[in-house]
Amino acid sequence: MRCALETQGLAKLYGHRLALADCTLTIPTGHVAALVGPNGAGKTTLLHLAVGLLAPTRGAIRVLGESPARGARQLAQLGFVAQETPLYEDMSVADHLRFGGSLNPSWDRELAERRVDQIGLDRAQRAGALSGGQRAQLALTLAIAKRPQLLILDEPVARLDPLARREFLQQLMEAVAEQGLSVILSSHLVSDLERVCDYLVILVSSRVQLAGEIDSLLDSHRQLTGPRPGPWGLPEGQEVIEATHTDRQSTLLVRTDGPILDPNWGVDRIGLEDLVLAYMRRAGRSAAHSPMASTVDP
Amino acid sequence: MIDFHLDTRSGVAPYLQLVHQVRDALRLGLLTPGDQLPTVKSVAGRLAINPNTVLKAYRELEHGGLVAARPGVGTFVTGRLTHASPAAHEGLRRELLVWLGEARASGLDDESIEALFRECHWSTQAEGAA
Repeated sequence: MRCALETQGLAKLYGHRLALADCTLTIPTGHVAALVGPNGAGKTTLLHLAVGLLAPTRGAIRVLGESPARGARQLAQLGFVAQETPLYEDMSVADHLRFGGSLNPSWDRELAERRVDQIGLDRAQRAGALSGGQRAQLALTLAIAKRPQLLILDEPVARLDPLARREFLQQLMEAVAEQGLSVILSSHLVSDLERVCDYLVILVSSRVQLAGEIDSLLDSHRQLTGPRPGPWGLPEGQEVIEATHTDRQSTLLVRTDGPILDPNWGVDRIGLEDLVLAYMRRAGRSAAHSPMASTVDP
Repeated sequence: MIDFHLDTRSGVAPYLQLVHQVRDALRLGLLTPGDQLPTVKSVAGRLAINPNTVLKAYRELEHGGLVAARPGVGTFVTGRLTHASPAAHEGLRRELLVWLGEARASGLDDESIEALFRECHWSTQAEGAA
């Protein structure tokens, strides 16, 4: 299996500050993968390492099977949109397209022009005068028109209003369908991810808490509700990710491989957002107690 | 051509929502053999959903013998889910509308109407199975 991104014990120090510590993960190609986690989890550092803007302090990282930014060929396979969607403020939209064309040997001019028409950008407009949504769309167009195999987006929609966010994701999904791109995008907005992503990596304090194809992750988790554990206790053979109790009722999130037949529990599927939040809370709790802290408090 | 929509709060997996919408359209006669489904690219672009989700839905429908993919051309409806003629459909629909009018006139609210329908539906299914 070819990997879009593969890291082993990856670490990055800024002076004495550890921005990423011992991070090991694998993201296969052919997916739109979401990298989610709280601020400070190391998402941006990881993505900057992947595109070669940073060099690792320790550990190994491979992007599309090679070390990041190893020569022009490797760079041509990667599209990257940074968090601030950096553009040249005084250059026009048309200038950006010309500039992109002159820098990238694989530049698809027809694709770039078609996308600019689709988005409805005025080619004479200065980048500095574009709205947030238009900036994001232009940055995405520049990244896609170089015809990369892997597109890396750092918090692409975090600062967009709901309409601009939807339009951005529409353009992104159309490009994925058309070009068969792999995408890795970081986000702390979980609500959009269920539509656009099919692979999930939850990163908290540099550690992968959960990774896999979203459909199978949702199939293998269930929310159980029942009277507060009486004589029968917790269901057997399930890994309890999170348990909350009122004086009468217990609600559990469990990871399970088979059906739950225990009649004492009501069984429901769980949505992606609740799943992500539960794993983030669990990581927060175990960090707060000790590295070996138990995750279940029955 | 069918127009898909997505309800992300329903708890139903997005690909299954697409499958259900095609099946419903087939049942209601809105889609018939020979009709083309929208391309994966256009569904992904319009709904802002992962193209793999659309592909998964189309594969599931293909597996059920309802559609067939013609490489490079598109995905086309090949099966039917309705056996009754459209005329029979229309008659039943009219009778149901009359019935719904009577139910409301008798003071039933929407939830009571749905509960009553489900209960009758189950009891006739149970009779069929016995």
